[in-house]
Amino acid sequence: MYSICSKKSLAPGINEIKINAPEIAQKAKTGQFVIVIVDEKGERIPLTLADWNPVKNTIKLIFQEVGHSTNTLAELKVGDSIQAVLGPLGKPTEIKNVGTIVCIGGGVGIAEVYPVSRAFKNEGNEVIGIIGARSKNLIFLEKEMKDTCDQFYVTTDDGTYGQKGLVTEVLNKLFQANKHIDLVYAIGPVPMMAAVSEATRPLKIKTVVNLNPIMVDATGMCGACRVTVGGKTYFGCVDGPEFDGHLVDFKELKSRLNLFKEQEECLNKRCPSKRAKNE
Amino acid sequence: MSQQKMPKQKSEERVKNFFEVALGFSKEQALAEAKRCLQCKKPLCVAGCPVQIDIPAFIKLISANKLDEAIKKIKEKNNLPAVCGRVCPQENQCEIACILSKKNQAINIGSLERFAADHESAIGQTITPTKSVKSDKVAVAGSGPAGLTAAADLAKMGYNVTMFESLHLPGGVLMYGIPEFRLPKKIVLQEVDYIKSLGVDLRPNVLIGKTYAIDELFQQGFKTIFIAVGAGLPQFMGIPGENANRVYSANEFLTRINLMKAYKFPEYATPVNIGEKIAVVGAGNVAFDCARVAMRLGKDVTLVYRRSEQEMPARAEEIENAREEGLKFKLLTQPVEIIVDEPRSSSKNNKILKEGRGENGFVKGMRCIQMQLGEPDASGRRRPVPIKNSEFILDVDTVIVAIGQNPNPLLYKSTPNLKVNEDGTIWVDENLMTSIPGVFAGGDIITGADTVISAMGAGKKAAVSIDNYLKKR
Ligand SMILES: Cc1cc2nc3c(=O)[nH]c(=O)nc-3n(C[C@H](O)[C@H](O)[C@H](O)COP(=O)(O)OP(=O)(O)OC[C@H]3O[C@@H](n4cnc5c(N)ncnc54)[C@H](O)[C@@H]3O)c2cc1C
Ligand SMILES: Cc1cc2nc3c(=O)[nH]c(=O)nc-3n(C[C@H](O)[C@H](O)[C@H](O)COP(=O)(O)OP(=O)(O)OC[C@H]3O[C@@H](n4cnc5c(N)ncnc54)[C@H](O)[C@@H]3O)c2cc1C
Ligand code: FES
Repeated sequence: MYSICSKKSLAPGINEIKINAPEIAQKAKTGQFVIVIVDEKGERIPLTLADWNPVKNTIKLIFQEVGHSTNTLAELKVGDSIQAVLGPLGKPTEIKNVGTIVCIGGGVGIAEVYPVSRAFKNEGNEVIGIIGARSKNLIFLEKEMKDTCDQFYVTTDDGTYGQKGLVTEVLNKLFQANKHIDLVYAIGPVPMMAAVSEATRPLKIKTVVNLNPIMVDATGMCGACRVTVGGKTYFGCVDGPEFDGHLVDFKELKSRLNLFKEQEECLNKRCPSKRAKNE
Repeated sequence: MSQQKMPKQKSEERVKNFFEVALGFSKEQALAEAKRCLQCKKPLCVAGCPVQIDIPAFIKLISANKLDEAIKKIKEKNNLPAVCGRVCPQENQCEIACILSKKNQAINIGSLERFAADHESAIGQTITPTKSVKSDKVAVAGSGPAGLTAAADLAKMGYNVTMFESLHLPGGVLMYGIPEFRLPKKIVLQEVDYIKSLGVDLRPNVLIGKTYAIDELFQQGFKTIFIAVGAGLPQFMGIPGENANRVYSANEFLTRINLMKAYKFPEYATPVNIGEKIAVVGAGNVAFDCARVAMRLGKDVTLVYRRSEQEMPARAEEIENAREEGLKFKLLTQPVEIIVDEPRSSSKNNKILKEGRGENGFVKGMRCIQMQLGEPDASGRRRPVPIKNSEFILDVDTVIVAIGQNPNPLLYKSTPNLKVNEDGTIWVDENLMTSIPGVFAGGDIITGADTVISAMGAGKKAAVSIDNYLKKR
């Protein structure tokens, strides 16, 4: 049903696949995601819609191999089928003309920030792009971002490419240069989104973050994806995934992302002793 | 002759496995039970059945050993007999109405229904399905008991039915909520196969409201739409600490276990992380299902409920089963706070992280307050009131919150002109039509969390209303 029609590697451990999924391709909007079940015994994992083509009826996903499900997905070849794809899910990004927007993507978040940057640009905003990764070989979609953004910066933690350091350092430089900024959009690892939100808080610049809580159904039925925002509990899958970064409880999010560490490691090693214990 | 009792797996055994607890009547038992039926001229049991199965007639067929005919008789009215025979609260419906119930000897109607249904699955289907003859396309959103029933009846009427389901597997609560040991998933899928064989096109992985909006379904040529999306929104207690790790909603816990088969982890990839001492909060069927699942995972389980045993809404049979399996009860107890591991220094954290447990943010206890029963409240049950200075800490490392489900707002949030009641249920008229002409709704989405059979009743009624509506056009 959901067959893979193209596949390529963007960076070590980061893959791009296109899947036949007509109804999702027709309906997708920027900022939305899908649930993927790789095989019959697979887990339901959320992946952002990196792009979609309503003419060819395909969707594009970019994912990082971090564990069992993403590793198994990476093993599939063109022509292979995926058990299930559900979507488009979550609230779309509110794309409006607000003036100047800084779009920040870290790690695999680079994949996710590109369609957002493009949509903001098409709406007539001035878009400043910042993408960051650990090292040069993990930077991808650079040309696409460069062509889209009015200003564009790359950072690497180890300084092998672009500016050495974190994405927030570029952001702070923009602040120091008194660049007027109306909105900051950040997607990537939790510490990065937390740091961006802290950087913009004193300046009261509206900051939208795209959260990645653990999900199961992603239809609002289980509450696995609970996040605290402004002291209230929300379901990330239906109320999000985007929230006001100044109100998000990042510490809780980080802690909840660790809930299944032990099981994830076990699954990766497929250790038999654990198996007996769990049965 | 006295009532036949359904044999069960021994409690010491069954608490170690996920196989069915109730084993079903033997043929001898079924025939003996069927022979006890008085075949009342004006049977009260039928009036007690929300889908009006001709109960005396099917029982008579069983007593005459005409099992193929017995199941056909049931299926005239009930499309899911193997399910209903297992999970319906017959004691409040047909069996309570049975004239023999006055002597505490009601006919065991549910077990006979199950017997007839299981006979059919053993020999294969006895009904030759009709294929669609009408061109009108009808959409059904949701494949729980309400959706399945409406789809089956509409298909039997000859409509061209497409049933959309947001999950990857059909069945609704039957699949993701009710555990394997009460309702084997193989049986649910068999019932779904029967409904598919009637010509119903099942489309999983379609979330109505997101994948397709209601008006898009009309654009695709569907003439009517039946909304049967259930009451899937979990309620939480609203107390501090509720977002800690190892606090689960009943829905999350049961979905991981039943739908995703986390009890077979790592063969199945979905994990569940629970500790050793589990508190389940609530006392309805859902709470008991959670508790009995957790016991089968080898855990020490305590049910925490703010009223007394008398007020427990779960079926008496399930309470009994759970007690036999070793469930502990902490009654007249209300949770007030979930105590969470405080953040520790990062070095220690790393060590704990490596060991894979106790990382901060996990449950390490639940503060509760003792209650006493006061005046009756609106529900007629005595209202629990806290006893001053009676707080104590329950030593648990996992909390499962099973205090109820509300209708899932996702669909109506994306359908602006759909009228919704204050409690979040969808408004319908006496024919189950919503505020949008041609759109009908039924099951838990209009009643709030209810029962399988009442959802099926709504499905039947909706099918008739939809037929009338389409004939008039
Ligand atoms: C809305 C949303 C959009 C996402 N988009 C992308 C994307 O476009 N590309 C991408 O590479 N990743 C994305 N992710 C993260 C991706 O879902 C996880 O990396 C994936 O689920 C990991 O599964 P695994 O079995 O490979 O790894 P595991 O070993 O199971 O887990 C690795 C880590 O991933 C997280 N995780 C595990 N299971 C889930 C789950 N069911 N739901 C969410 N997170 C989980 C946990 O924090 C875990 O520590 C997104 C997450 C969310 C919530
Ligand atoms: C754990 C548990 C145990 C129970 N035990 C019993 C019992 O023993 N006996 C009994 O009589 N009752 C029991 N009940 C109650 C009973 O299961 C429900 O009342 C009944 O299932 C309601 O049926 P429904 O068809 O209205 O909805 P559901 O069974 O909830 O089915 C709704 C379906 O719609 C799907 N859906 C939701 N939104 C959408 C959408 N937008 N698009 C497409 N599909 C969608 C859902 O995924 C689901 O599959 C129990 C409930 C639970 C949770
Ligand atoms: S993932 Fe289940 S409610 Fe969000």
